Amino acid sequence: MNIHEYQAKEILSGYGIPVPRNRVALTADQVERAAKMMGGHCVVKAQIYAGGRGKAGGVKVVHHPEQANDVGKELFGKRLVTKQTGPEGLKVRRILVEEAVEIAREFYLSLTLDRQTSRYCLIASAEGGVEIEEVAAKSPEKIHVLTIDPFTGLRPYQARSIALALGLTGVVCEDCVELILNLYRCCMEKDCSLVEINPLVVTKAGWLLAMDAKMSFDDNAVYRHREYPDMVDYSQLDPLEITAGKYDLSYIKLTGNIGCMVNGAGLAMATLDVLKEFGGEPANFLDVGGGSSREKVAEAFKIILQDDDVKGVFVNIFGGIMRCDVIAQGIIEAASEVHCALPIVVRMDGSHVEEGKQLLLESGLNVQIGDNLGDGAQKIVKMLGQGGN
Amino acid sequence: MSILIDKNSRVVVQGITGRSGLFHTQQCRAYGTNIVAGVTPGKGGIHIDGIPVFNTVEEAVRYTNASVSMIFVPPPGAADAILECCAAELDLAVCITEGIPVKDMVLARAVQNGSKTMLVGPNCPGVITPGQCKLGIMPGYIHKPGKIGVVSRSGTLTYEAVKQLTDIDLGQSTCVGIGGDPIIGMKFIDALELFNNDPQTEAVFMIGEIGGGAEEDAAMWIKENMKKPVAAFIAGVTAPPGKRMGHAGAIITGGKGKAEDKIRTLQECGVVVATSPTQMGQAMQEALVAAGKTISKSNAKSPLKRSKK
Repeated sequence: MNIHEYQAKEILSGYGIPVPRNRVALTADQVERAAKMMGGHCVVKAQIYAGGRGKAGGVKVVHHPEQANDVGKELFGKRLVTKQTGPEGLKVRRILVEEAVEIAREFYLSLTLDRQTSRYCLIASAEGGVEIEEVAAKSPEKIHVLTIDPFTGLRPYQARSIALALGLTGVVCEDCVELILNLYRCCMEKDCSLVEINPLVVTKAGWLLAMDAKMSFDDNAVYRHREYPDMVDYSQLDPLEITAGKYDLSYIKLTGNIGCMVNGAGLAMATLDVLKEFGGEPANFLDVGGGSSREKVAEAFKIILQDDDVKGVFVNIFGGIMRCDVIAQGIIEAASEVHCALPIVVRMDGSHVEEGKQLLLESGLNVQIGDNLGDGAQKIVKMLGQGGN
Repeated sequence: MSILIDKNSRVVVQGITGRSGLFHTQQCRAYGTNIVAGVTPGKGGIHIDGIPVFNTVEEAVRYTNASVSMIFVPPPGAADAILECCAAELDLAVCITEGIPVKDMVLARAVQNGSKTMLVGPNCPGVITPGQCKLGIMPGYIHKPGKIGVVSRSGTLTYEAVKQLTDIDLGQSTCVGIGGDPIIGMKFIDALELFNNDPQTEAVFMIGEIGGGAEEDAAMWIKENMKKPVAAFIAGVTAPPGKRMGHAGAIITGGKGKAEDKIRTLQECGVVVATSPTQMGQAMQEALVAAGKTISKSNAKSPLKRSKK
């Protein structure tokens, strides 16, 4: 689960991590007022669920409030396209107005999970303010990684070694040690899957400040943080993905015309692979979960059909212990409810598979049965080909 | 022989009184699994389907001599259930539970790593030794006793692979679903090592996915150590790059994770990689033939990319 920069900064601030003075604005007039408050010279930052905003024109330095108003007008409602958003971009609904500071040095700092060691790790670099991937590619020796022992947690001496490695000395170094320890405490208590400060700066006046922050939470831990569901900005998510999330389905929109419904992420990926192999273009990735119910199948079907690009549906369910007749009922229910006349190919495996096939064939839907993965994929590609799409 | 479990395994089910816990207990039992105890805190003393239920794993072990656990405990208590298995010094814990918070698993994994208990999962379909013992949620009927070891990160895709193997008469010694979570107990290499040392297993089929670097690590290990032929499939060749806000995780794995890279590394290490998910059984057969092992009758030509070595 992702949150905005301004929310991340609010949380960091609660952990004693210094952030620039800021205000969130919802209109251009509010941007202007906030700019006035900061003394005119300030930074105007579009809030979207993606990085790379600076290069896409989503972050601007302004020198007086009227200019802030203009930037606000320009940004609000605009779909910002960055390296991380995809071609459709993300709509700007909130703007963060921040005091401008004079920067002496910039660093990178983050905490995340290292799958290799099954532990959290702290990543730091003296090359801040640029994409860490670039640093990793060009000069990996400038990245410091510290694996954290879950039994001892992050210790002050370890934080100090990182601060020193960044080239900090004296009081600022000790400030940084405290900041790193607080960042770790935040990461643990808030169940973060990533917390990143980039750049962390030392101002010309000699203070540490988190200039930009990114935070995402472990989806599995949302249940123990009551405030998280209210922090989601739904304007940043695909509406179909939101609906899918409600029913605990994993849905990702793609660009083709074959709607896909599969149980299990691995099989779902393999199904996309096989469709492409036979010349088809999947319209989505949809995982109904390993042991999905009739209701889930029905909802999944409706979600797929809400996408206007979909000209046919391929269902691939390896039920195993799931009953195929129950799955078939779910499909028939959903298809009849939305009056679906599109070609459907169903490939099912599991118990009661014959009953399931029978139900589908007698349902009056435009449905064919695939005998196996390859057969099913070939059939739906062929049916669409004949449909003249 | 087989790996991890066989007909003599004495199984305790943690979370046996829950809906899916009970359902799968019955399914496993019907397959022939020797389930000797259940554990649900607060319900110790009752019997469910004739299986005695205890409050703790330690108690279950003391009274029934169970040595393997299957965990169906809901996410908030699942990491603790794993820790309990380690404390009771079980041989193996298979955790089916999906959705355990990462922070909980970091600690559970660190404790488990220093204990005598092996862990499979979490968020996995489980382990099955066909014809002997089923410990998980996979459909038993698609499996067939035989000589192929199967190890996979995926759930239903494993069923697909196993079915293809069974369809061409390639039975399985043991199938291990290691799970797709960021933190898991047994990894590809651990399972490969067990298969390598198992006399019954003659070859291994491996199923991977995009993301992480586990498949690459496995490939290097195979090149150095594996005495038996290996075939593989990697799902997600056509997957679009994920929509992710964070990118720091990618730094550590060194930009690994793409399907093409995984396939290339595997091929370079002598593994036959199926180019299509419809060709998994064929790939296994091809690897066997290449290694000079005769197993099955059907020997259809298949469009597989062969390793250069």
